Amino acid sequence: MSEPAQRIEVVSDQDVVRVRQLVRTLAVAVKLSLVDQTKLVTAASELARNTLVYGGGGTVEVGPADNGRRKGIRIVFSDQGPGIADLDLAFTDGYTSGGGLGLGLSGARRLVDEFDIVTAVGEGTTITVTKWCR
Amino acid sequence: MTLSADEAARFAVVLEDHQEALVTAWTERVASTLRGRLSHTELLRQNTELRRGFQQALAGSAQDLSGEPAAELRAQLAELSSTRARQGFSATETAVSIFAFKDAVLATLDAQGTTDATTLRDYVALSSFVDEAALFTFDSYVRVREELIADQAEQLLELSTPVVKLWEGVVAVPLVGTLDSARAQVVMERLLQTLVDTGSPYAIIDITGVPAVDTQVAQHILKTVVAARLMGADCIISGIRPQIAQTIVALGIEFGDIATKSSLADALRYVLARTGKKGR
Repeated sequence: MSEPAQRIEVVSDQDVVRVRQLVRTLAVAVKLSLVDQTKLVTAASELARNTLVYGGGGTVEVGPADNGRRKGIRIVFSDQGPGIADLDLAFTDGYTSGGGLGLGLSGARRLVDEFDIVTAVGEGTTITVTKWCR
Repeated sequence: MTLSADEAARFAVVLEDHQEALVTAWTERVASTLRGRLSHTELLRQNTELRRGFQQALAGSAQDLSGEPAAELRAQLAELSSTRARQGFSATETAVSIFAFKDAVLATLDAQGTTDATTLRDYVALSSFVDEAALFTFDSYVRVREELIADQAEQLLELSTPVVKLWEGVVAVPLVGTLDSARAQVVMERLLQTLVDTGSPYAIIDITGVPAVDTQVAQHILKTVVAARLMGADCIISGIRPQIAQTIVALGIEFGDIATKSSLADALRYVLARTGKKGR
């Protein structure tokens, strides 16, 4: 019995807060540990803000994940923005094309168990992350 | 379907001739939807005013709500929505008050016993005019509510960022909740001003109440610390819980040589030890 993914349109800073709250609620529901909850919420916060700031807004879908052995949370961030031209550069710690610390994308990858990115210049970016219960 | 000049004029007469019956019937209907949360006298007064507004708009042959003859009515409707919104009535309850006017008019027409096709056509035209008025109240209601929310957000911004004096020469900022750019700006301004006012060489930023520390929050805190340093004050960050510490490490955020402590008490002890004062 898996519940359907919940969707949030991200068009303002408030929506990033809503994403964070939704992720926290679902993370508590699947019984992620406190550390993992915080890590996932932080990763979601980073990626949702990227969707907003660099992707020009988009959608975030948060839903339960189940690979038969473990349960977890899967979050999909997608935007129709400019895409990322140089992935290696984007994942370099400290590199930013905006005014941030340059740790959001690379940091978020370290905070989750699975990280998948699909991007093409001019076509937008879709990032799927999963965090499993230990 | 808009109201023609003839129809408007005919209704202006109906509204004038049967004003008492109309207002009574209308008030009764509204009262039943509001279930006694507004006094009967108050409702009666509002509806009497509104009836006059409708009557004047129609007498001025208003064809829809946007025209000049309906300006007075629009002002009354906006006023009504504003009061209802502030009194905590729902948008539906507010709009239904206007919709009920149609029932009251229908009851009046029934009492007259005129049931020909012209009356029907007239009624339908008036009905769409009233619908417009009700939608207008809905719009104004939402606008008033949005203003209320904006006001509250501003008040919250003010409320949630106190800078407290912990000890002689030590001020603390307990951060609670989401630290967005607007709040970070307020916090920074308050802290820097307090540093000047109190001449404190130490400031403790406590993040116990911040649920998630992401790169944006960290960046705001770092900027605040750097600004305080430029003014000659040392900052200590306290309230770093285990899960936050692990997240910060994974994110790769460097706090550099900024002193960090797990609790506010530790931070205070640290400051007192450095200043050579005795604290327990």
